[in-house]
Amino acid sequence: MLRWIVWRDLLLAWRRRADALSTLFFFVIVASLFPLGIGPETELLRSIGPGVVWVAALLASMLSLGRLFANDYQDGTLEQLLLTPQPLYFVVLGKVVAQWITSELPLICIAPLLGVQFGLSNETLLILIVGLLLGTPVLSLIGSVGAALTLGLRGGSVLVAILVLPLYIPVLIFGAGAVEASVIGQTAASHLYLLAAITVLAVIFAPWATAAALRISIE
Amino acid sequence: MAAGEWLQVTGANGSGKTSLLRILCGLISPAEGVVEWQGANIYSLGEEYSTSISYVGHRPGIKDELTAVENLRIASGLNGIEIDKSSAQRALEKIGLVAREHIPARLLSEGQRRRIALARLLVGDRKLWLLDEILTSLDKAAMAIVRSLIEEHLSGGGLAIVATHHDLELDSSHGQRLELAT
Repeated sequence: MLRWIVWRDLLLAWRRRADALSTLFFFVIVASLFPLGIGPETELLRSIGPGVVWVAALLASMLSLGRLFANDYQDGTLEQLLLTPQPLYFVVLGKVVAQWITSELPLICIAPLLGVQFGLSNETLLILIVGLLLGTPVLSLIGSVGAALTLGLRGGSVLVAILVLPLYIPVLIFGAGAVEASVIGQTAASHLYLLAAITVLAVIFAPWATAAALRISIE
Repeated sequence: MAAGEWLQVTGANGSGKTSLLRILCGLISPAEGVVEWQGANIYSLGEEYSTSISYVGHRPGIKDELTAVENLRIASGLNGIEIDKSSAQRALEKIGLVAREHIPARLLSEGQRRRIALARLLVGDRKLWLLDEILTSLDKAAMAIVRSLIEEHLSGGGLAIVATHHDLELDSSHGQRLELAT
């Protein structure tokens, strides 16, 4: 069942490649504007780099949230998904996994290139990748709750941002903090452990909350 | 309702036909009363109830980017029934969608898209069919196919609840009509 929902959403994402590419393009543009605007001061770029990359990733992930359930809601497939003989938790988890693969994974792949613009060392870039690998699933999971709550509402995308962005703050703090710790030569382990803990909690609770929100929205 | 019986729900626009069917599916909860399936509240049955019903709603519930075969295979897989391409094609042929199986659904007519949704009934093997305005957008040939499918389903011990203004032309001794007031 989980396999089918992931496969379905990956296939749909492949057929609508422009959506995923627009998210990636947005991420690259936002992260690239900062070095262009601030100038070539290496130390300054190195100090703001982690935060900029993380904020850009966070905003880019917001772009894909609106599509997470909206298309299924409009064409009636969401009703069919709610009627499948499986716990809705796994339907949501499958959709979030597919969303992460199509929208977040490309950001993680290209993030090291953007990190180079900020003069980050190889070791720091590795921490950035690990942090994004741990943190972006939380963005998708928390985002799914917001997307489900605002389903079918006018101006839903703005509401999602208002609902979800404050909840992203811990991920931003620990994700950017891990990279900053690496930049100043400290260990990033504590930040990454906390990110991992948040991810575990999000995997347990977010799909359940999203499922409840979907049931409310569909009524 | 007993096995082999059908119920046609009619009523003016806004009388609550779709709401009734969605309540029977478990998509929305009733303001009063309970929906029971084989003596148990459908909410207590949970996923077990889902294995007994097939719902075709107002919106066909198919993805425009996928072909008819892909739509059918994925819908079946999500319902725990894995079918191969040939089984999907057979179901589509039975519903009268021939030589259109590998075209993205967005390129099909509304009636053809509805046929894909109806083909889900054939691969679902569910006891209770809940059908909301299924004859909309269908031509006469497709309507005849749908009627024969419902008859076949009923003769096999299935049940059907259909919200439609069209005459289903089913055996009236095994069915009844419910007129909803506005």
